[in-house]
Amino acid sequence: MKAALTVARREFAAYFATPVATVFIVIFLVLSGALTFTLGGFFGRGQADLIPFFSFVPWLFLFLVPALTMRLWAEERRLGTIELLLTLPITAGQAVVGKFLAAWAFCAVALALTFPLVLTVNLLGEPDNGVILTGYLGCFLVAGAYLAVGAAISAVTRNQVIAFVLAVAGCFLFAAAGSPVVTEFLSSQFPVLAEVARGISVSERINGFTRGVISARDFVFFASFIAFWLFVNTVILELKKAD
Amino acid sequence: MVTSPNDMEGPGESAGLIEIEGLTKRFGSFTAVDGVSFSVKRGEVVGFLGPNGAGKSTTMRMLAGFMLPTAGTARICGEDVVKSPVAAKRNLGFLPEGAPTYPEMSVTDFLDFCARIRGFGGAEREERVAHAMALTQLEGVRLQPIETLSKGFKRRVGLAQALLHSPPVLVLDEPTDGLDPNQKHEVRELIRAMAPEKAIIISTHILEEVAAVCTRAIVIARGRVLADATPAALVADGRSMEEVFRSLTLGAAA
Repeated sequence: MKAALTVARREFAAYFATPVATVFIVIFLVLSGALTFTLGGFFGRGQADLIPFFSFVPWLFLFLVPALTMRLWAEERRLGTIELLLTLPITAGQAVVGKFLAAWAFCAVALALTFPLVLTVNLLGEPDNGVILTGYLGCFLVAGAYLAVGAAISAVTRNQVIAFVLAVAGCFLFAAAGSPVVTEFLSSQFPVLAEVARGISVSERINGFTRGVISARDFVFFASFIAFWLFVNTVILELKKAD
Repeated sequence: MVTSPNDMEGPGESAGLIEIEGLTKRFGSFTAVDGVSFSVKRGEVVGFLGPNGAGKSTTMRMLAGFMLPTAGTARICGEDVVKSPVAAKRNLGFLPEGAPTYPEMSVTDFLDFCARIRGFGGAEREERVAHAMALTQLEGVRLQPIETLSKGFKRRVGLAQALLHSPPVLVLDEPTDGLDPNQKHEVRELIRAMAPEKAIIISTHILEEVAAVCTRAIVIARGRVLADATPAALVADGRSMEEVFRSLTLGAAA
């Protein structure tokens, strides 16, 4: 774990050494704010809560998180530093977990910087801050899920554009799987698959969090979802590290 | 996996610190390294020679645990690089081809990162980093981002990283590539000074380097070992090192 944290520390610092951090955070803040106030009708709803914000964030992450993950392994390959990193006395798994944790912590920073929204609703009304907290937790877990998928995909290809497109597609699959359009279609055609689709859907899982409900099942879902993709990432890395 | 009786032996003084047995790497139908076997004892500096694409870097990558061998294996201080890669890598200082480093980090931060990964903490870590920088004369640029450094400095940062933990085994892929004559001289002096305590493999294109620092030369082409002798023995018949190299490697290609 110590080695993984050392890798994470380095990675995290690297985000802020390049314009990646600034661009990501500024775009995230502008889009999340703009969507919340315009499409979300933040003021018009007349309610002191962050429901519109929490409903847009997972969709923003769908595009922004793959932008983070596309360079995760591709960049190491391009620079050749993957050869350095993986010949240090660490396992591929430690490198994978380290990189994931750094990216996740970075998403946490981006989320934390949306705090003016929380201040705004507290100023305008009396929101249930517990619900807001669980909403943030849900968004954080969705970011982790997308990161895990994107990181595994970036280990497959050294082309960053391909990594980005595939990661968006992969994340969209898990985001859309629970949407009514998909499940209704599937339940009319293939009832068995509808259950599966609802089971693997990330967006389905976040609903509880935005309503202020934290259930163990949702936690287990995200934990196993992330663990599964980190495992896939490790396997791919072991197989393809020298390619 | 074929196990040999040697598996039972510890990393005693008699056994080589580096033992390579039938190491083979195939990429599809292309065989990059074909049954390479040799061992390197403490105090030996092996010069790994061969034309481009001969399999030098591939052999070194397998030795460093970066590539998995198709067949055969290697041991570093008795630790199998396939079965216990982390233990093997702990005893190894490896300079990958091109000396890759994280460009946005400063020299100190980069070496500090490597020291942390290798489990050094507190005062010992600082001391190790300072010592490695002193050995490779990096103190003057310690706070500069690596991307702003010249090629020679970058190479030395890679070298410092490999020396950081005073490993018993050093595998250096073209350590003097891109250095000016003075820096080449410094690196050779450094290797020579460290040689008595370590087993060292360096790959190089510079033939006079082999005569200057190596106690043994291994010539490889098309993935096979063509010659394994002291530099003096290779040129014993009065030919120059270059002629020997050309006759060996061109003969294999024909």
